[in-house]
Amino acid sequence: MADKKHIDEISGVETTGHEWDGIRELNNPMPRWWVWTFYATIVWSIGYTIAYPAWPLLTDNTKGLLGYSSRAEVAEEIETAKLAQSGYLERIAELPLTEIVADRELVQFAVAGGAAAFRVNCSTCHGSGAAGGPGGYPNLNDDDWLWGGDLDSIYTTIAHGIRYTNDPDSRVSEMPAYADILQPEEIRQVAAYVVSLTGTPRDASMVEPGQQIFMDNCAACHGDDARGIRDLGAPNLADAIWLKAEGEAGIAAQIAQPKHGVMPGWVGRLGDPTIKQLAVFVHSLGGGE
Amino acid sequence: MDVQHQPNSADEPAIERVDVEAVNSAARRKPLYEARKKIFPKRAEGQFRRFKWIVMAVTLGIYYLTPWLRWDRGEFAPDQAVLIDLAHRRFYFFFIEIWPQEFFFVAGLLVMAGFGLFLLTSAVGRAWCGYTCPQTVWVDLFLVVERAIEGDRNARIKLEGAPWGFDKITKRVSKHAIWLLIAVLTGGAWIFYFADAPTLAWDFVTGNAAPVAYITVAILTATTYVFGGLMREQVCIYMCPWPRIQAAMLDEKSLVVTYNDWRGEPRTRHAKKAVAAGQSVGDCVDCNACVVVCPMGIDIRDGQQLECITCALCIDACDNVMDKIGKPRGLIAYSTLEEYQSNMALATNNGASAIDPTRVRKPDGSFSDKVRHFDWKVIFRPRTLMYMAVWLAVGVALFVALLSRDRLELNVLHDRNPQYVLESDGSIRNGYTIRILNMIPQPRDIQITLDWLPEATMKINGVSEAPGKSFTVSAEPDEATTLKVFVTLPGDKVAWASEEIRFIAEDTQSDERDEYVSVFNAPGASR
Repeated sequence: MADKKHIDEISGVETTGHEWDGIRELNNPMPRWWVWTFYATIVWSIGYTIAYPAWPLLTDNTKGLLGYSSRAEVAEEIETAKLAQSGYLERIAELPLTEIVADRELVQFAVAGGAAAFRVNCSTCHGSGAAGGPGGYPNLNDDDWLWGGDLDSIYTTIAHGIRYTNDPDSRVSEMPAYADILQPEEIRQVAAYVVSLTGTPRDASMVEPGQQIFMDNCAACHGDDARGIRDLGAPNLADAIWLKAEGEAGIAAQIAQPKHGVMPGWVGRLGDPTIKQLAVFVHSLGGGE
Repeated sequence: MDVQHQPNSADEPAIERVDVEAVNSAARRKPLYEARKKIFPKRAEGQFRRFKWIVMAVTLGIYYLTPWLRWDRGEFAPDQAVLIDLAHRRFYFFFIEIWPQEFFFVAGLLVMAGFGLFLLTSAVGRAWCGYTCPQTVWVDLFLVVERAIEGDRNARIKLEGAPWGFDKITKRVSKHAIWLLIAVLTGGAWIFYFADAPTLAWDFVTGNAAPVAYITVAILTATTYVFGGLMREQVCIYMCPWPRIQAAMLDEKSLVVTYNDWRGEPRTRHAKKAVAAGQSVGDCVDCNACVVVCPMGIDIRDGQQLECITCALCIDACDNVMDKIGKPRGLIAYSTLEEYQSNMALATNNGASAIDPTRVRKPDGSFSDKVRHFDWKVIFRPRTLMYMAVWLAVGVALFVALLSRDRLELNVLHDRNPQYVLESDGSIRNGYTIRILNMIPQPRDIQITLDWLPEATMKINGVSEAPGKSFTVSAEPDEATTLKVFVTLPGDKVAWASEEIRFIAEDTQSDERDEYVSVFNAPGASR
């Protein structure tokens, strides 16, 4: 088809020699600016492959004359970001927690930084909203604290953990398993007494002996009024919040065979400034004292 | 399939032959990629040229000087009268300060600009193109430079043809240098609208301005130089969409630059000879003065053309000639299609004859009473009145909105994770993030009050440790102040899983207030 030149009758322009359903394409030249732009892109691409990393080799690739590396660029950006934060981090490292929360700017930075660190390190157990979870992961939003809810207590807990054997400063408390000490009936009576403390009426024939058993066995740690003793990490049993289990059966099971949660100490992994930010963040959740 | 045109042969029946030529036949076709023909517009003088000088001075003055106007807003806001502060998302226009959520004011101004253009175009034609379009203004400015260095039309044509020598190189280099200088200043003025002008100017020349400033100036310099100096009329003809749209804006009552051929034709260069020979003669002496002054390089006597920007320089040129030969002005004039057609019908006896000057003239040479002249009343016709009404309506709406807009706003966001928290005493606590938008450049004391749940109390982080119903917080000037608020409801007062709750923000000084209705969530439904 293309062997014979065909001139379009109307325009007098040569066609490309192809024909589709009687339609032919005029062989007009490309606009000159278009052609030159096209040549320019070719020249550009050659220059580009020389200047930048481009050609894959067997085990490596050409490095390019400019020495560009996206990895190095990212590292540089991270470095810049760290530099921008350094002023705040240094002040956070220097100042005590009470002075950090007094500084509006520092508090904002610490809460934002603490929230980020929380999502990475803490949300696995405590949940992304710090609301804890069933099975003994404490809700950090409420005002019920086992070891204290002021800034310094929160800091110590995060830094050294609870029952964390790798840290000598870790807080440790264990409740004995009363299955070995008390009779099953006695455990049920104590459980009934503990539930009655929250204002829920219970069978008096169970509650009264239960109170006596509580005074003899439990008050040493949980206090005479069952409101807990924070130095010992003994929970308040007279409030509405239950960590391990709710209800009489659950409480009885906890008395018989107590479960103890373990929280790792983080200061070795995250460093002091981050722990401080975490403490400020947790304190700001609403339950801080 | 290729249609083969068989020649008529003797055995075919007789077919009528029509003498016709296709409009785009090969013989008449121009090449698709024709090179640009250079235009050397001559300097025009007259009332429209004078008006264009004034418009140029005013528009350029506004453009270059506006960023340098100062406007004192106190210590918490910039003191530049017109400032688009992208970094802080504020737009300052004299006493008006616009926040991002109030951007509809800018959108409204754009709508007004659009309808203003429609109104202007339907009333007086392409006045925008001819007088105020930046392309027109800067081309005019560049032509001033060109004339000052290379001389007027004839000198420029001579220089164009002259061989390259010291004189030509000097003139060309200095012309392009001044063009570039204007282009740099043009791009430079633009960036001052986006930052404090004196500071940015100093930073710019000392090399300390942001890269985006240099890039912006570079791009605007390039476009100003190329569009204003090198491409000129090509921008209007090939790049601008407005010539295509304007056809819908114009009607037979719109003013357009018109060559009144009903009095100009038949044109002749030798009027006396023609009169002596008993031929009829029009007013046009075919001096081409209208063509040489045209910056678009067209001949208005060919009728309405897409290229015509109605700058009216041809009117000035023609009027000067008419004055010289003692004929009334207005052979080329702003007139409407309607009156043109009426006069044309008069001159040609409704198309029955060729243009006959005697039909529009009295014997003494003055115009016949039947000749129609422009009547200002046609500007006020339904079409333009409608544009005016819309334009005014948007303007009034914006003005009312501006006068009644809030300068204090409260936004409340209920915590989603967790929805609620059970406190040790059995009460339920909800967390909220509240934002107080203080839209004036002064710090304010704002009272935040909790409403609708009588037993609920609140605490605000960093403001109060003790629970209460109402707290006064300081709101930063011209900023959104974010606070964390906790609302607690005693457990025995919880009636529903979700209840409505209202926050009220009130300026203790001015009584300005805003409120926000949110929810209070609790576990379980009614108990």
